[in-house]
Amino acid sequence: MFEDLRDLYQEVIFDHNRNPRNFRVIDNADRQVEGFNPLCGDRLTLYLKMTGDTIDDASFQGSGCAISTASVSLMTEIIKGKTEAEAETLFKNFHAMTTGKGEAIQLEAVGKLAVLAGVREYPARVKCATLAWHTLDAALKNETQAISTE
Amino acid sequence: MTNFPVAKIRADFPILAEMIRNKPLVYLDNAASCQKPNAVIDSISYLYRHDYANIHRGVHTLSVRSTDQFEAAREKVRGFINAASSKEIIFVRGATEAINLIAQTYGKANVKAGDEIVITAMEHHSNIVPWQMLCEQTGAVLKVAPMNVQGELIYEEFENLLNDKTRLVAVVHMSNALGTINPVQKIIAAAHAKNIPVMLDGAQAIPHMPVDVQALDCDFYVFSGHKLYGPSGIGVLYGKQALLEAMPPYQGGGDMIRTVTFEKSSYAGLPYKFEAGTPGIADVVGLGAAIDYLNAIGMAAIADYENELLVYATAQAKQIKGLKIIGEATDKGAILSFVLDRIHPHDIGTLLDSLGIAIRAGHHCAMPVMDFYQVPATARASFAMYNTKAEIDVLMNGIKGLIEAFG
Repeated sequence: MFEDLRDLYQEVIFDHNRNPRNFRVIDNADRQVEGFNPLCGDRLTLYLKMTGDTIDDASFQGSGCAISTASVSLMTEIIKGKTEAEAETLFKNFHAMTTGKGEAIQLEAVGKLAVLAGVREYPARVKCATLAWHTLDAALKNETQAISTE
Repeated sequence: MTNFPVAKIRADFPILAEMIRNKPLVYLDNAASCQKPNAVIDSISYLYRHDYANIHRGVHTLSVRSTDQFEAAREKVRGFINAASSKEIIFVRGATEAINLIAQTYGKANVKAGDEIVITAMEHHSNIVPWQMLCEQTGAVLKVAPMNVQGELIYEEFENLLNDKTRLVAVVHMSNALGTINPVQKIIAAAHAKNIPVMLDGAQAIPHMPVDVQALDCDFYVFSGHKLYGPSGIGVLYGKQALLEAMPPYQGGGDMIRTVTFEKSSYAGLPYKFEAGTPGIADVVGLGAAIDYLNAIGMAAIADYENELLVYATAQAKQIKGLKIIGEATDKGAILSFVLDRIHPHDIGTLLDSLGIAIRAGHHCAMPVMDFYQVPATARASFAMYNTKAEIDVLMNGIKGLIEAFG
């Protein structure tokens, strides 16, 4: 029934929506930032455990649509073990992939996050995918204020 | 219902023939805005092609033609809501501007520190924020009458809020997020018994039922043209003449003055006192055409037909496991707000869009209503006179399909 949407709602996204990874609180997290999308009510709290500038552990709590849940779930998986600089590079590549106009998508630069490339065709849903990453960006900059997509 | 000419009506709305993502459009976002019939589109186009000039000032032929059509539309609006005089019909940008106008003129003139304004728990942001702004400016207090879990006003608690400090009751006639139709007759009688004026926000009610402001005896009634099959950017403030005459002007400028010197200006009479600047002339004419179109069908017939659509959709929706209807008032207009277990409304919106179905997903500019039901958002299908049971079947099949896809 939803053949036209296969690019947006890939099976991996349904899977992460049903069973989000790292959906828990990290006690004594070094970084904790809230992200909020007032347009749709998506709300998440991101927790990071750091050793030096390396992300040892990442987790989240909150609720949102399948795109935002899958995006934050995938993100917490992929950033574990990355340095802050590596995570920022991933953010830039992810941002370019989801918002880029016309330019070729560098799928190899984002690994399994490529399943979210389809959102670039759905402008109303881009913020669902990028909320997690804007929240991470704030956490890496050591901000504690809640961030908002609006 | 069998007599309702829905096929003929559909043929009058060219956009209904659009294909969306290769599927026939099923437009169920009417509570956000309605589509426009040829009669409206053509009236605007005709004015610009043949009769357009600025109104109320030129002596030349086109100015006279434009003015005549503009004022004829005012008379059509008067008749449509049965106001006593066309002086009581003020053209504004929409219901939102009308409420802001009342707050900043009537409100500023009559509301002081410690006074109270009463609204309900189911208001659209446009009937919350202007009053909050007035309260901040004056030190008045906003009182909110609660609702029950069906989305109905708890009338006794509303009545208990009325006292000698209450300066205005501002209540939604029909809720955009829930579909609830408020017992406005009772509300108005109770407020008037204490000499409190009542404003009704009719943005949702006006396209769905006959409205008679004299029978209601409301003091103000506001609505938007775009929800009444007319153009966007135009709306109506109705106010009782005595109230409007006592109110200070809203915006200053051309059209709203009688004389101007650098020392002092005197203001025009009603309705022009509140219509500064060149208005949306073609949009007013288009609104008049929408009213002609609706009168030819009949608002009572429209209300009956839409109620049948709502009853049909509600029965279908209740068959779907995991679907919860938000807003189950006994007296309800053609709005079906719902949530699905573990599926976010924005996913519902995108998935249905791929089937050509337009619904609204979000907080419907009624965040306090979402908070009350403890949901971040709802999906909302809202029906108009051009919708059909077949379209409701398409919607329900789509919902069943997406529940299956999410697993």
